[in-house]
Amino acid sequence: MATLLEVEDLRTYFTTDDGIVKAVDGVSFTLKEGKTLGIVGESGSGKSVTCLTIMGLNSKKSATSKGRALFRGEDLLQASNQRLREIRGNDIAMIFQDPMTSLNPVHRIGDQIVEGILLHRDVSKKEARRRAIDALKEVGIPRADRRADDYPHQFSGGMRQRVMIAMALVNEPSLLIADEPTTALDVTTQAQILELMHSLQRDYGTAIVMITHDLGVVAEIADDVVVMYAARIAERAPVGKLFEEPLHPYTWGLLGSLPRLEADIDRLVQIPGTPPSLLSPPRGCRFNPRCPYVFDRCKEEMPELVASPRDSEHLQSCFLDDVTKQREAERTLASFATEVP
Amino acid sequence: MVDELLRVENLTKHFPVSRGIVFQKQVAAVKAVDDISFTVNRGETLGVVGESGCGKSTMARCIMRLLDLTSGTLTFEGQNISRLSRNEMRPIRREMMMIFQDPYASLNPRKRVGFIVGEALVVHNTGTDAAIKRRVQELLEVVGLNPEHYNRFPHEFSGGQRQRIGIARALAVNPKLIVCDEPVSALDVSVQAQILNLLKDLQKEFGLTYIFIAHDLNVVRYISDRVMVMYLGKIAEVAGSAELYARPKHPYTGALLSAVPIPDPRLGRARKPIVLEGDVPNPINPPDGCRFHPRCPRFQEGVCDASIPEAVDVGTDHTASCFFPLGHWPMTLEEMQRVDNPTPAS
Repeated sequence: MATLLEVEDLRTYFTTDDGIVKAVDGVSFTLKEGKTLGIVGESGSGKSVTCLTIMGLNSKKSATSKGRALFRGEDLLQASNQRLREIRGNDIAMIFQDPMTSLNPVHRIGDQIVEGILLHRDVSKKEARRRAIDALKEVGIPRADRRADDYPHQFSGGMRQRVMIAMALVNEPSLLIADEPTTALDVTTQAQILELMHSLQRDYGTAIVMITHDLGVVAEIADDVVVMYAARIAERAPVGKLFEEPLHPYTWGLLGSLPRLEADIDRLVQIPGTPPSLLSPPRGCRFNPRCPYVFDRCKEEMPELVASPRDSEHLQSCFLDDVTKQREAERTLASFATEVP
Repeated sequence: MVDELLRVENLTKHFPVSRGIVFQKQVAAVKAVDDISFTVNRGETLGVVGESGCGKSTMARCIMRLLDLTSGTLTFEGQNISRLSRNEMRPIRREMMMIFQDPYASLNPRKRVGFIVGEALVVHNTGTDAAIKRRVQELLEVVGLNPEHYNRFPHEFSGGQRQRIGIARALAVNPKLIVCDEPVSALDVSVQAQILNLLKDLQKEFGLTYIFIAHDLNVVRYISDRVMVMYLGKIAEVAGSAELYARPKHPYTGALLSAVPIPDPRLGRARKPIVLEGDVPNPINPPDGCRFHPRCPRFQEGVCDASIPEAVDVGTDHTASCFFPLGHWPMTLEEMQRVDNPTPAS
């Protein structure tokens, strides 16, 4: 399948009063048409800024970006504002974490969706409204023709997120960027929204970049996963590989620190300390102050993202030798092993 | 023999909805917590799960007597505390403390850590200034902070460290019961694990009893001995933690469990989630009969919408408020919809 999005060595630096914050510092990944890429990481790891940079949504005043973000061969970082406006909401759509603040509270939701259609499609207002109502029906809003005249506050959180998805998908984009779309929702609502995104992807072949802090969500819907730590990629792999044979100490820590429904865990693995400040990140590997396997080289040299010797699709950035990695990956998985029924 | 620390009987909390500016009259009530009863044993952790608006935080605030009860009885160590005055409550407040969700909003930004942690000690006249300072530094060390940070302000700490300050403050007066209201939901996973492990260690060391409120079923599974599932102001199900997660009996518990994403693609993608229709109804006008009936896959007309299900025994120390408890687990949506005997077993 054709490559839809190719991000190469993306760097975004913000100038602040305290100095330069390297929010994204050398991130590369590719996404094929119709596939789902999960980007996981803790707060401040740069996952949201990566996507805002691709969309050209960072403040021009304080942010500088380097690298390339090729969308169907076109570099979005070099595109003019006018060109970006043509692409956004049309070829690439985005949905955000908080559906209340991303909808305009003083406009009816039908009108907000119609605005997006009229901007990109040469259709009559009547036709645009028909399409908006169809989109609302598609995402499962009951009595969509009447609800289109309601204001955002008249919807519940889950319903608002459905409206956001309808708005994002109305122009049938080929790429949907979802920034923590279910974090503000309850689990049963989250299950509804994930199911909806999944079925829409199946029907329309939309590729999805899913930003989340929840490894469970990634395991459910992603095809490929990028694990970010302190503005860089720790590990990148197809979803099965990442959970069956994780190769980075940070991934081991993350997997071990998750409480689990399906297993009796006596004590969670703890990653000591907190993520570093991006104003003055540690020398060498960013994870070295918290890493239990740290040795001299980690403190001097920054590890590059390289393929595992056994699998060219599985990339990681750690200096540990492969034998140790295999052993430690097994040990991590054994600590919360459950029988597959 | 189990030693009962807290008994909650028929706890009800309704918030009035009133109309009118001069002549206010009550037009309705938000039934946040409606007639719930349970007990908490000494030394255990009772996990409380439910979605937003199910009344779990209101229940916690009622137990702490931060809100007045509409009706019901709270018995703490054999003493009825549900109608005590502020003065009469004061000695009891030493015995129960609370840890809050938001480590940013729950610490006064203008006070130093030493003051925040030591305030309860001052209020309860526990000793001289020097003794209090010693105790505060000891507490900071217990929760894994540097005692030399005594004079710092909250903004100098990260989210996880602030939550540790909140825990030190709760521990200061040696309480028996700590009510934790979503203590880790604002934290990242790696920090969340640190705080959960700390809470477990402290429980062992000081023999604490926790009521642990959370919306994350994974977290509750890890920390709790017993788990209580709430829906729209009512208790749906109570059971031992392993029992509840292995053999849920209430359809709502089943739907919740199947909705939690599992961080393992092999397990997660093999199952078919039971996706519930619609949203949680409005607590001003809750549905008649079982409150879950409009969304329940096992709904039986004339039974579920006619009367409120009582909690019935469905296993060892396992009760569920459902007329048609689930027979086995895991099950698919189709299996859940199939009710063999549509007259309830009473």
